[in-house]
Amino acid sequence: MSALAPNLLAFGRVLRRAGLPVGPAETLGAAEALSHVPLSDRAAFRAALRATMIHRRDHFEVFDAAFDLFWRNPDAPVAPFNPDEPPPESLPPAARRVSDAMPGASPPPPPAGEQERREDAALAVSDRERLNRLDFEAMSAEELAEAKREIRRLALPLAERPTRRFRPDPSGPRADLRATIRASMRLGGEITTLSRRRRVTQPPPLVLLCDVSGSMAHYAQILLHFLHAVANDRSRVHSFVFGTRLTNITRALRNRDPEVAFQAVSHILPDWSGGTRIGEALARFNHLWARRVLGQGAVVLLITDGLDRGGAEGLAEAAERLSHSCRRLIWLNPLLRYAGFQPRAAGIRALLPHVHEHRQVHNLNSLRALVATLSAPARNQGKSA
Amino acid sequence: MALPRDVADTQALLEAGGYVADRALATTVHLALTMGRPILLEGEPGTGKTEIAKVLAAQLPRRLVRLQCHDGMDLSSAAYEWNHARQLMAIRLAESAGVSERASLERGLYDRHFLEARPLLQALEGSPALLLIDELDRADEPFEAFLLEILADFQITVPELGTIRAETPPVVIITSNRTREVHDAIRRRCLYHWVDYPDAARERAILARRAPDVPAGLSAQVVAFAQGLRGDEFFKPPGVAETIDWARALTALDRRELEPATADATLGVLLKYQDDIARLRGAELARRVEEAREAAS
Repeated sequence: MSALAPNLLAFGRVLRRAGLPVGPAETLGAAEALSHVPLSDRAAFRAALRATMIHRRDHFEVFDAAFDLFWRNPDAPVAPFNPDEPPPESLPPAARRVSDAMPGASPPPPPAGEQERREDAALAVSDRERLNRLDFEAMSAEELAEAKREIRRLALPLAERPTRRFRPDPSGPRADLRATIRASMRLGGEITTLSRRRRVTQPPPLVLLCDVSGSMAHYAQILLHFLHAVANDRSRVHSFVFGTRLTNITRALRNRDPEVAFQAVSHILPDWSGGTRIGEALARFNHLWARRVLGQGAVVLLITDGLDRGGAEGLAEAAERLSHSCRRLIWLNPLLRYAGFQPRAAGIRALLPHVHEHRQVHNLNSLRALVATLSAPARNQGKSA
Repeated sequence: MALPRDVADTQALLEAGGYVADRALATTVHLALTMGRPILLEGEPGTGKTEIAKVLAAQLPRRLVRLQCHDGMDLSSAAYEWNHARQLMAIRLAESAGVSERASLERGLYDRHFLEARPLLQALEGSPALLLIDELDRADEPFEAFLLEILADFQITVPELGTIRAETPPVVIITSNRTREVHDAIRRRCLYHWVDYPDAARERAILARRAPDVPAGLSAQVVAFAQGLRGDEFFKPPGVAETIDWARALTALDRRELEPATADATLGVLLKYQDDIARLRGAELARRVEEAREAAS
């Protein structure tokens, strides 16, 4: 055959290097698919590769960029690929990562902006270390480490919800006819005891929305530990952080080792310790994610001090929409630790009417109190809770 | 009837059934048919995911077996269920007939005719079927795990009876609205296609197909209006289904042109959230109607 197969293998490698989960199964599937479509039909050719090698909408941009770059000679998907051929002069921004992943490409020096951002992040980390001690009740480094260990031990026993599945249980409230008849077979069809079953309960999905803007920087590290502990404690947890932008860190947090996980988070986090636009972040969440992660009675933990850099525009609307979309919206506020806390800031006043619960979160005790709340019996069907 | 020969053939087949598909979708459907792989269709609500399955079933033709997923769906509502009442009756009968040998009783009791087939089993048995697993995101993870066996080998294992295999593998179409992420294991077994909102030309073609009574001028204006809404960040921009409904509603009111007063009165057909409707009312609506009329002329 022509050079198609080696080209396809190379294309699979490019996608993989660009960060897409493309393995041998995908490449094989693509090879099979290509025997069913005319190679001269570029639209069908692209669609065939995409249907077999890509499994989610979020990867389309990178795939399309890679496709345009790799198969840029439209007449010759079967011609040998020439890695030395220079890439086109102007690349769309999405294509940069792909062009770096192309065979023969030497890694270009990172753009100046990126370098700066890295340094910023390093500075912010050391700042946080210092401020952590002040704010988490003037802890020493040792005590802080102890606190992190404590957090890792916290288990979140969210009040469970009944599912529509059953498990065998001798003292269960319902008869299980299938098991009863199977058991009777052993006795030649004589039914002596009824097998019983009980409804399975399951914790609701949990969505964590954590503010990592400048005013929250004191708590960010300890809260990241909290997010990490929660995310690894149970299934169905989605974690987001926001400053001026909203970032989904669910997959990054999934690594069991906190240091590795935070490394991964810092790579995808665009604005560490910048300003906050809470309203915008929540609106963004409502628009892009609410329908995807708030199903099946999800509980939302919103961790922010409510201090909005913009004048809290759109915050009330976004918060109201959010509170309607989830079963329970719990606001964790580090500012609440001050005895004379008054909801004066515009952001706080806008947020307050729409949350189901407003709690403090500035030390381990308040985290433990939170854990107790989340495991409380579900008296929380409405806002009255 | 034989499967369509190539991509163009598949596109024509869908077109003949009243579904205006773009090249990418036709390619994916064609590949699914020839490679025998399931299709996973994701996309916003109202972009015609379910419709693809219906049209394809009618055109192939295949028996359409639809499984509407819901929270907590279990085996007994999705795949099969033993008819326990009849089994108990059979035990009584066997007793009165004096059968007490265990093996023969068990054979008699776990016979296929005591098994009630639900959609998944129905799709494997009998004439070749097209299995539509609709809104998989509404089912829970344990159900997805169960689906893996069916999608991989087109078979169901009933512990008491054995493995039931499809003579002709069904064509499988899975849809998801993304209210929950479908697991990677399912994705990897499927051909993936994202059903996007159509562009204006294709949406007009769809409207001409699905609502032939609507005057062409009105149809073009309605499409331009809906396309304009999709560009902005509404909480739930209208899908194609809503566009069709709206065009029909305006036609039922004897309108031949889009104008602000009627648009305002019928906005609930197009938008389903009060925030979105409130945002559009008033001068904004008049402006958008004007723009749509210009774009369509």
